[in-house]
Amino acid sequence: MTSTSLIETKALTKRYPGVLALNSVDFDLKSGEVHVLFGENGAGKSTLISMLAGANIPSKGSIVLDGDEVKFDTVADAQKKGIYTVFQEFSLIPTLTVAQNIFLGWEPRKGPFIDHGTMRKRSHEMLLELGFDINPNAIVAQLSRAQQQMVEITKAFHGDLKVLILDEPTASLTDKEVDHLFEFVIGLKAKGVGVIYISHRIQEFSRIANRVTVLRDGGKIGTVDMADTDDNALVEMMTGRAIDEIYPKITKGSGEVLLSVEKLRTAGIHDATFEVRAGEVLGVAGLVGSGKSRLFRTVMGLTTRVSGKVTLHGKDISQAPTRDIIKDGVYYLSPDRKAEGLDLAKSATENLAINLVMGDKVGGNSQLVKWAEVNSEAVTISDYVELQESYRFKPVSQLSGGNQQKVLFGKCFGQNADIIIFDEPTVGVDMGTRAALYLLIKELAESGKAVVVISSDLPEVMNLSHRMIVLAHGHISAELSGDDMTEEQVLKFFFDETGAKI
Amino acid sequence: MTTKPKTTGPFDLIRRVFIKVGVLPFFLVAALVIFTALSSKFLTGQNLVNVARQSVYLVLVSMGQMLVLISGGFDLSVGTSIALTSVVSALGMVWFAGIFPDALWLAIMLGAFMGFGAAIMVGLVNGVGVAYFEVSPFIMTLGVSSVGAGLALFLTGGVPVSNLPFAFGDTFGFGRLWGVPVPVIIALICIVVMWLFMSRTRLGTQVYAVGGNIKAARLSAINTKRTLMIAYIICALIASLTGLLLTARVESGEANLGSSIALESIAACVIAGVSLRGGIGRVENVVLGAFFIALAQNGMNLAQVSSYMQMVLLGALLILAVIFDQMRYRMILSGN
Repeated sequence: MTSTSLIETKALTKRYPGVLALNSVDFDLKSGEVHVLFGENGAGKSTLISMLAGANIPSKGSIVLDGDEVKFDTVADAQKKGIYTVFQEFSLIPTLTVAQNIFLGWEPRKGPFIDHGTMRKRSHEMLLELGFDINPNAIVAQLSRAQQQMVEITKAFHGDLKVLILDEPTASLTDKEVDHLFEFVIGLKAKGVGVIYISHRIQEFSRIANRVTVLRDGGKIGTVDMADTDDNALVEMMTGRAIDEIYPKITKGSGEVLLSVEKLRTAGIHDATFEVRAGEVLGVAGLVGSGKSRLFRTVMGLTTRVSGKVTLHGKDISQAPTRDIIKDGVYYLSPDRKAEGLDLAKSATENLAINLVMGDKVGGNSQLVKWAEVNSEAVTISDYVELQESYRFKPVSQLSGGNQQKVLFGKCFGQNADIIIFDEPTVGVDMGTRAALYLLIKELAESGKAVVVISSDLPEVMNLSHRMIVLAHGHISAELSGDDMTEEQVLKFFFDETGAKI
Repeated sequence: MTTKPKTTGPFDLIRRVFIKVGVLPFFLVAALVIFTALSSKFLTGQNLVNVARQSVYLVLVSMGQMLVLISGGFDLSVGTSIALTSVVSALGMVWFAGIFPDALWLAIMLGAFMGFGAAIMVGLVNGVGVAYFEVSPFIMTLGVSSVGAGLALFLTGGVPVSNLPFAFGDTFGFGRLWGVPVPVIIALICIVVMWLFMSRTRLGTQVYAVGGNIKAARLSAINTKRTLMIAYIICALIASLTGLLLTARVESGEANLGSSIALESIAACVIAGVSLRGGIGRVENVVLGAFFIALAQNGMNLAQVSSYMQMVLLGALLILAVIFDQMRYRMILSGN
């Protein structure tokens, strides 16, 4: 190694009461390199960068910047030394303009008053310099998420940039936006800036990364040169298991059509036609913003339907309210378990009880709740989804993402559903739990239910489904099955422009 | 992986009680200690029975308020429901008593139903506004509260409606059944019914679910709009029942009844651990919470605190309870 380290950590450790979040990690970043941090949720990536960014103070170990040991008490301390972080959660004020956000806390003044003219001009220059095509006078709330991220990045550039930390920057970007971001990152590399890059999207690494450090359970598993490794090796390092052990083989069932959708149309969805069949896993893939989630939310009556026909068991449900569709046997699991899925202040058992009370599994149609039956059924479900007993009576807000997702999965067993729609079923879930959740999907499909898996995680949809529909720009660009379901095929239809109508 | 250090001792016990029940046990103990010290008459059987009787009205309204709070809103128009019921039912009774002078009980019944009808209208308007037009409960019930209060004053010209049938006041204001005051019996029945409703019926469970996370409730096949409507209507109905009992007590229909009860009932609920974010709250605790407010008012009277100062203290108590509620919610979410 010729170049010296820009920033280095030595035996960096962070201990919370009862938890060792980061265990003696040595990490180094050279100038002009992109160093990826890779690992499951809870592996310690965020803890590591939070200390480099000055948002957290290490329990043990040291941080060395340019050969000198440094201590950051605040994010501002780290920024003074040239370390800027773009966190996953944006720090923008949605009601203010882009320029106001960029200069929040640094406003140029004219006497006692804010100099709006200078602020707009400087913002414009900064955006231009970074190559972002954004109007500094736009209100942040009206920008797309990608544009907001660009503002967030611009906001980080108030001084001399040495180290840029990007925490899952591409999680919600479309492909074009990702390309743009990468060009920008590569430009920074050329200027000698070191970039620490956190991402789950393994397919991106080869495009920008020089080295990858894998973390697991707070410890460092290893650092590898990107040139010497491949995706499978990285996943194995991350999970400690081979990729075949993660996705189960699902046997295909009868194939009787349960739900059929004809020419469904709504804002952002054009003439979608497809069928959902019993005993089969239907995968739904597409980029963020392709309408894959919106399509099924429309089927469920969660967004207004403009036209088209949805038939369930031969019954027209095109205009039925969500609750009736659920009672007729379709269950939809929200991609956002915190906002839409769970009642966070209640226990897992209480969350499961709601579906049992509303569903037809226990108590029949009686207006009185038979709590004894409901609670014993909740225990059965908790056992089935393998939720540990000690977690069952804690508020779900205290559970990890994986366990919360188990509770959410449990909710679909609260009623007799024969079509279950999983929207992003493993978002923010660690690999161990994922494998357990996939087994549940397998059991559902093999017991003759129709299962729909909508996911942005391409390997997940490809490995689980028997048949796939791909969405692009709000229309179904392909329906693939069997040998046609290859990554190249799917990706090709991701960018299909034929049906694009804006 | 996580082994929490097991702390025991009085502090841990206090924390556990606080997380489970809220601030109420501490307030009750404090009130008992302070007022017993200030007045020798406070902790006597006679006085406590007195407090129980006085607290009936607040207990009833607080249960309705609790229902709306659990559904994730709040109702500032409970006082208006009371005033409107009082005025409308009194006008109705006087009018029907003129038509059927020989069937006073019929007149009382018809008048009471008119009062209930007026309150149902209040609840319905609140419910439609909140559930269907998604007006914030604060603005909706504040607006309705002004509309209703204005109507009540308009109907009476600001003059109390008197000459109610004597039997009405004698029975529902001052009557006793087996030695127990009639309002107390009515309140006890309501408490039992509410407790059954909240803990044993599907509808009650739905109210908790809607308040806890309305989107999750919707995805669990709950008719969220109908649930919200029902919460506001039941709240108004219970307030209306309270209005009738108060009308019987003062023996006239008055447009200024219940003017301070919105604040008092919210305070009673929050002190009793009902979350202002919705989804959390228990009937039995709310009954105790309302009893605590009545106890504190009685204690302050005995300690000769002026009624103006009592207003100051009640407001401060409410804010304090909300601060504790915030702390408790954070503790529940984080598990610390």
